[in-house]
Amino acid sequence: MILALLIVLLMVGGILAWVAGRFNANFSRWIALLTTLASFLLTISLWLNNPTTTVKATNWMMRYEVPWVPQWGVSFSLALDGLSLLMLLLTFFLGLLAILVSWREIKTKVGFFHFNILWVLAGISGVFLTMDLFLFYFFWEVMLIPMYFLIGIWGHANRMYAAYKFFIFTQASGLLMLLSILGLYFIHGANTGTYTFNYFDLLGTTFPPNIGPWLMAGFLMAFLVKLPVVPFHSWLPDAHSEAPTAGSVILAGLLLKTGAYGLLRFVIPLFPDAAQSFAPWAMLLGVVGILYGAILAFSQTDLKRLIAYTSVSHMGFVILGVFSFNEWAFQGVVMQMITHGISTGALFIMAGFLYERLHTRDIRQMGGFWPAIPKMGVFALVFAMASLGLPGLGNFIAEFLTLVGSWQANNLLTIFATIGLVAATVYSLRILQKVFLGKNKTEHPLTDFSFREVLIALPLVLAILWLGLYPQPVLDRAKPSVDEQLEAYKKPTIKPETPAQVTMQTLPADTVSLLNTKGGIHALK
Amino acid sequence: MRLSDLYFLMPLLILVGAATLNMLVVAVKRNHKIIFGITIVAHLVAVFTLLQLNGSSYQIPPFFVMDGWGIFNLGLILLTSLFVTLLSYAYFEQREERKEEYYLLLILATLGACVLVISQHFMALFLGLEVLSVALYSLIAYLRTRERSDEAGIKYLILAALSSAFLLFGMALVYAVTGTMSFPEIGVYLKSVTELPLLLLTGFGLMIVGIGFKLGIVPFHMWAPDVYEGAPAPVTAFIATVSKGGMMGLLIRFFSQADAYRYANLMLIFTIIAIASMLAGNLLALRQHNIKRLLAYSSIAHLGYILVAFLAGNRLGVEAVSFYLVAYFITSMGAFGVVALLSDTERDADQLEDYRGLFWRRPATAAIFTAMLLSLAGIPLTAGFVGKFYILASGVNTQQWLLVLMLVLNSVIGLYYYIKVIAAMFAQTEATTERRKVLHPALSFASGATMAILALLMVWIGVYPTSLVQLIRGLLATFMTTF
Repeated sequence: MILALLIVLLMVGGILAWVAGRFNANFSRWIALLTTLASFLLTISLWLNNPTTTVKATNWMMRYEVPWVPQWGVSFSLALDGLSLLMLLLTFFLGLLAILVSWREIKTKVGFFHFNILWVLAGISGVFLTMDLFLFYFFWEVMLIPMYFLIGIWGHANRMYAAYKFFIFTQASGLLMLLSILGLYFIHGANTGTYTFNYFDLLGTTFPPNIGPWLMAGFLMAFLVKLPVVPFHSWLPDAHSEAPTAGSVILAGLLLKTGAYGLLRFVIPLFPDAAQSFAPWAMLLGVVGILYGAILAFSQTDLKRLIAYTSVSHMGFVILGVFSFNEWAFQGVVMQMITHGISTGALFIMAGFLYERLHTRDIRQMGGFWPAIPKMGVFALVFAMASLGLPGLGNFIAEFLTLVGSWQANNLLTIFATIGLVAATVYSLRILQKVFLGKNKTEHPLTDFSFREVLIALPLVLAILWLGLYPQPVLDRAKPSVDEQLEAYKKPTIKPETPAQVTMQTLPADTVSLLNTKGGIHALK
Repeated sequence: MRLSDLYFLMPLLILVGAATLNMLVVAVKRNHKIIFGITIVAHLVAVFTLLQLNGSSYQIPPFFVMDGWGIFNLGLILLTSLFVTLLSYAYFEQREERKEEYYLLLILATLGACVLVISQHFMALFLGLEVLSVALYSLIAYLRTRERSDEAGIKYLILAALSSAFLLFGMALVYAVTGTMSFPEIGVYLKSVTELPLLLLTGFGLMIVGIGFKLGIVPFHMWAPDVYEGAPAPVTAFIATVSKGGMMGLLIRFFSQADAYRYANLMLIFTIIAIASMLAGNLLALRQHNIKRLLAYSSIAHLGYILVAFLAGNRLGVEAVSFYLVAYFITSMGAFGVVALLSDTERDADQLEDYRGLFWRRPATAAIFTAMLLSLAGIPLTAGFVGKFYILASGVNTQQWLLVLMLVLNSVIGLYYYIKVIAAMFAQTEATTERRKVLHPALSFASGATMAILALLMVWIGVYPTSLVQLIRGLLATFMTTF
């Protein structure tokens, strides 16, 4: 019940904010802020009420299920486990910041803006909570339309193009996922006689030969486009750079994570066989993404575009980890989802603050800002260090765990992925160098951080530090869910009574052989 | 003809009565309000009598059959026509032409469509078709002083007459081979032959021309954009919904009663038509700057989508067609309703420019139009999404992967031009707020209320489709036994 309440709260808050915006812009800002704060506190109370230490029969903390379209076997089914809880916390944390950064930035149609923000958050929370595939698709699409408006109405100069591209890319891939969902539905129905979209029932569906990979491909399309993985990433730089700051924060911090979440929650457990045979290619795509994103990030002159390409690079680690099929890597992926959300969100907020002061995103026109705005410089330094994976900050834990996990699955690709860390150092330091060091080219008077801006940046720094120094609570929280996603991969090892490690090590055998082909190596060069 | 037949034909008889009554009232005194009132009441009574028939399955040999499918379609047609009437009042009140005959013609066209969906005989089919078509000729050219109105009327007249000729010739050929004009008996004949005689196949082919014209599917779609553009907005809404829906109802009845789903070559023809309609409709819509033309091409594509479900040829397919028709009717009426609402006395609001910045001038109207366009695009929370989902489900169920993938591809193409209109509405403009129309407050309230009802219906079906699915399944129970 409390889960449905979370989503309803956001939706109702959104409508209220819209209506209130007709009277006074500040009303709608406060309504949006308080609604999101309420959701955030509610999620924290869920965290506190469900300690990780107690051993329970199931890792699902709560489930809520009411029939929705019983004729089709669709139910309004929500469930919460550690993974969902972490994602929800991230959602509301970034949601709060998104509303705070827009406080001064958004001056037109304030009511409608906050309506869109809250509905995006509602859609994202729905995606993280739902355990019914029909409902999942429903929320998946619901979060797009407000996002489209956020980019299309309040974005920068080229916003219409970016909004179109974003919408069409995600819609097209989403429809392919819908086809796969339907395929899964009918195959499961034909096998068992019960037609249902329920995730728990659909787990363990057996497929006729050659059907599984196709169905998985549909899901993959949606998630890989959203993530994004390299051949499908072209919507991302446009959408991120044209969106208003709040839009960029939500896009980078949350929408990309829905793709990663989808891989973990749906692709891995639903299609164990197909996923294993696709794994080498997926990992290759991940490594290509890491390097390609890093190289392109280095060559950008538009600050927001640069940050957008770092997302492409960082998300490469996610797919690399997901297709390593072991606990280390999965924990790394979960950490990466959270830390990337925070650090990239923070960088976009920094870019937004700079844009407010300079009205440009072009880093060629920046430089030498440190003496003028030292506070901002310090914060930016922390976020850039986080982005390059400095030990002690959250991203290091994430990337380290991912690489340890993927090493067990594929040595060669992991080596290439590690190069990505070096590249990350290069582009992150370039941001600092171009913006804060060097010679100041503008005579533009710069004001340092205001109290509101410090209030926004400080929690981000604290969160990154906390995740870097004491990530254990997050790892504990994610562990049961991670184990459950991996269950399908452990089963075969139980039967022949060999240690679990063996299957993990048999994977690289075929992965390596596949990667020795010319095409694989070629693509990296 | 038995006396009890009258009871089952009551909805149609009421329409006939209302048409006659309207004619007499016009002869005595012309008054827009009275005629409008009679038309509304007639529709309501017809719907009421139809409700009494729920659950029955009754043969009126040789022409008609009143089963679940017929009742479903009758209800859909009558309610749609009711909404079109509601939208028409404010629209025609602003125009200087004589308004009263419009309602007369509208009732006749509705009657024709009603006859179409309950017929099970070529004669009844042709009778219904011609009543519908003849009424439409004059409806399309009703505002005859407007430019393009005549062009649209004449174009429709010539092409409809031509297609009727094709249809008649096709029927004659079928009759020549089978010796019967009743659908079930044709079905009996078809069961007795192992292979379709060439003459019969030719007959079916010619009939497809006639049917395809009314449905406005490729390659018989040429009339659609011009007629949509030239006709008054409420009439366009009528053509897009009732006229096409009636023909779809007939097509499904014919195919299921004659059991024509068995023939691969017939199915192949329809597969090609479906794919061509989807592609041509969506691709041509991309370049339109006229909203009515854009909606015309989009409706060509939507009929293609419906054919995907039709081609499934099973229970799920017919359910999907029914559901999609409901969703599509509500959405189309909503969209054309907005066009009618925004039209001024000079012309219809059919240019994309008319919609630029609409959201900041008239937020409620723009919100409704946005919702309708999103529904046409098949985005969740709207009826169009559930409809599209239903169609995809029926396609996946029968493993028609080509059709299903084409549908997905086309949805994406379609998305582009729907967003184009939405983006125009949300664009920032410097233009100050102007209310172009000065109408009686009650009048604008009535139009607004009609639009609000349509929007609520659409969202309700989109969010909670259970009750509609239940209704359709219940009604189809009597139809599907004959399947």
